Amino acid sequence: MIDNDILERVLAEGLRTGADFAEVFASDWRGTGVGLDDGKIEQLSTGRNRGAGIRVIAGETTGFAHTADLSEAGLMAAARVAAEAARQGGGGIKVVALTTQAARIVSPIKIDPSTIGKAAKVDLLRRVDDAARSAGGAITQVSAGYSDGRTRIVIANSDGLVAHDERVRTLLRVSAVANGDAGMQTGFDSLGHTMGFELFDKVQVEDVARAAAGRALTKLKARPAPSGSLPVVIKAGSGGVLFHEACGHGLEADLVAKGASVYRGKVGELVASPLVTLVDDGTMTHEWGAIAIDDEGHPSQYNVLIENGILTDYMWDYLRARKEGRPQSGNGRRQSYKDLPMVRMTNTYVLNGEENPADIIKDTANGVYVAHLGGGSVNTATGDFVFGMTEAYLIENGEITEPLREGNLIGNGPQVLRDIDRLGNDFAMGNPGTCGKDGQGVPVGDGQPTLRVKSMTIGGTAS
Amino acid sequence: MSSPDRSAELLVIAERVVAMAAPGEQVEAYVSRGLSTEIRVYEGEVEHFVSAQSESIGIRVIRDGRTGTSSCGTLDASEIAEVLAEARDNLGYGEPDEWAGLAEPDGFAVVPQSLWNDSLELTTTQRKIELAKLLEKLTLAGDSRIRVDDSNYSDAAGEAAVATTTGIRVAGRENGCYLSVGTLADDGNETQTGFGFAVGRNVDELDIERAAREAVDRATRLLGATKPDSRRVTVVLDPFVTAQFLSIIGGTLNGESVVKGRSLFAQRMGETVASSLLTLVDDPTNPLAYTATDIDGEGLAARRNVLIQDGVLSKFVQSSYSARRMGLPTTGNGRRGGSGAGCLALQILPGTRSQAEIVAGIDDGILIQQVQGLHSGVNSVSGDFSTGAAGLLIKNGTLGAPVREFTIASTLQRMLMDIAEVGGDLEWLPMSATGVSLVIHDVTMSGA
Repeated sequence: MIDNDILERVLAEGLRTGADFAEVFASDWRGTGVGLDDGKIEQLSTGRNRGAGIRVIAGETTGFAHTADLSEAGLMAAARVAAEAARQGGGGIKVVALTTQAARIVSPIKIDPSTIGKAAKVDLLRRVDDAARSAGGAITQVSAGYSDGRTRIVIANSDGLVAHDERVRTLLRVSAVANGDAGMQTGFDSLGHTMGFELFDKVQVEDVARAAAGRALTKLKARPAPSGSLPVVIKAGSGGVLFHEACGHGLEADLVAKGASVYRGKVGELVASPLVTLVDDGTMTHEWGAIAIDDEGHPSQYNVLIENGILTDYMWDYLRARKEGRPQSGNGRRQSYKDLPMVRMTNTYVLNGEENPADIIKDTANGVYVAHLGGGSVNTATGDFVFGMTEAYLIENGEITEPLREGNLIGNGPQVLRDIDRLGNDFAMGNPGTCGKDGQGVPVGDGQPTLRVKSMTIGGTAS
Repeated sequence: MSSPDRSAELLVIAERVVAMAAPGEQVEAYVSRGLSTEIRVYEGEVEHFVSAQSESIGIRVIRDGRTGTSSCGTLDASEIAEVLAEARDNLGYGEPDEWAGLAEPDGFAVVPQSLWNDSLELTTTQRKIELAKLLEKLTLAGDSRIRVDDSNYSDAAGEAAVATTTGIRVAGRENGCYLSVGTLADDGNETQTGFGFAVGRNVDELDIERAAREAVDRATRLLGATKPDSRRVTVVLDPFVTAQFLSIIGGTLNGESVVKGRSLFAQRMGETVASSLLTLVDDPTNPLAYTATDIDGEGLAARRNVLIQDGVLSKFVQSSYSARRMGLPTTGNGRRGGSGAGCLALQILPGTRSQAEIVAGIDDGILIQQVQGLHSGVNSVSGDFSTGAAGLLIKNGTLGAPVREFTIASTLQRMLMDIAEVGGDLEWLPMSATGVSLVIHDVTMSGA
């Protein structure tokens, strides 16, 4: 995308005002999106977005500028703006010599989606529409989206690093509406991987469609969710987002450094039930949050955050690692070339326990079984979090019984981690997610085996 | 010297694309360019300074009821030709929709807005940095238990133009600035968070003292908060919370959702859907609204629409597509690129009493000062809602102890009917809905 000698000159320009670090992050994204709604393929859209962001760090100050102009003149102009923004006085001439890193592949791509005709993508959605509508006569509306994107990336910095990467993501989303006597209900499901079009050789899109339709149909018969504190059993692969929110964000070193995390100063302490081992793993092949290198050029890693309940480490980007004089952990990510990198998660999950999940349900006298969680959010400073339950059932006398209408599940992260009292052996990854932080969204994955939390607050309306 | 309005140049680019329309094709080009600055201060030093420039073009082509779109993040002439070719190619895969079509000029007069302020452009970088530093300093001085997470100044200037083969030609520019601060309050046992913000068309409009005061207050008022018992209560929504609910309710009063069978109010036109105390308008022509605008995303004049009048459903907001399909006039609420309809500046017509007067009349209730997870907790199709909340208990007419880690739940349909009073404390907020205190009876609170 950009030659090394141009990158060297641009980095040198970034350092001209006395800065101690300069970086170029250039990307070129091309993608296709198809939307189906109301029984029709609504529109097919394609897009291209390319540009470069230039970061210059001088002491504690970061200057950043971006440009859509990838010519040498455009990059030099952005470098000057970034350097000016980070100006620390001093100045001088620094020479940057780049060494290209060997390419690393975490998610090998078999079929680049851009080589697949648009008609095949349209056809996937027609199959989705048919399958969802045939799931039951009460299904009155279906919308679905297909999207793929391929991003080529070049990252170079004044420490001499230059790294290239190519990222492919393929995503399918299905949303269904069912209409019954008590009004409308919705169901959603999605499928997303760092894979090419071969994804659809492995997974039948009809299954995704039926899962979404099934959720909407189930809720037609649902009763209001209870209100108050109850034991909660979370199905494998449906509650990893809880760990992402309830503790993952609190383990991001930038939030820890500012004292905006309840986990500050807790390394080496017991912060969770001894059943819990929590990992953030950018190397998990084909998962939605998998990356070969992070957006600062650092190879992705398998990072153990909590081991048998004990906090072992936080997640790190370049800036925070530099301040602490320690290695990065491959968690420096950004939404696009227009954004500064931050500490971000990749695939965050809880390792398997030993129990048969059926036993966990059988041993729960009364509670709630959550089979699908929607979005959530957390206040990292207090640990308070909220999630929407999009598919849930009552547990009565050790058996899953009636479906529940939607409601929020709330709790406090540190408390919930301690309150996990049963852990299954049926690990599964969940739906692809987009994690938002400081206005930037990045793709993430999550997962866990079936588990039980002794008590959580269910925000329903039934007394 | 401030820069001249160059949105006319963008209109020329858009018109050039439109001129390339083949016979039988409808073509729309939306061209925009923006420049923004973001400065973050931490502990008296600039933590980062971001200078961002962007441009983009989106092209929509419709032929025989089929639509194709394509976009690109640069205005290079060679790329634009490729974008048009892609959009044309893409439409071949769409299915014919008899109502598909671009907006047509409807003669509705544009209410001009002053969305551009020269003085913001002339503000020096030094002054911007000082504002962020001052906000951090004032906030820290507000209370000894306060720490500042980050203090930010940002501004943005954008110009845009849209042209269509149906005769729409509009261009304009807009700028504004924003201050925000995130706070942490510690009392030795726990930490709570808060935030404050100020918005303006130029830096002199920024109410920095208020931003600092609110950031301190939001964080400190929750210290020592406990989890309340589960029960049904009367809630008073703080204006900022009401505004967040309004955004969601606005999403259900949408012609696109109605025609696609996704609105819980689809069959309710002319019926009572809310307490008679509620009149809800969408009015982007009110210059006080943060999201005031003169045109919608399709290039039609923005206008004042009454959606609920004295509790009776009176109008859905429409894009040109949904209006055509429902056989109604458009309301000037089309989104950019034909991506549906949306409310632009929602407002509940205010009542008369202040929040303090309202609270004084409540024996047992709760003042909801913040909600968490509203978007994950509201299903705008079924109407079920459940949201994490924090606030102050109300006992015998006075505000009492802080409470947190509970949810409030109801359905949107019930909540609208259960509105018992609308406050007189209208607040203009940096979002597409204004705030006002709202009293709602019989809401389920789930806590301990």
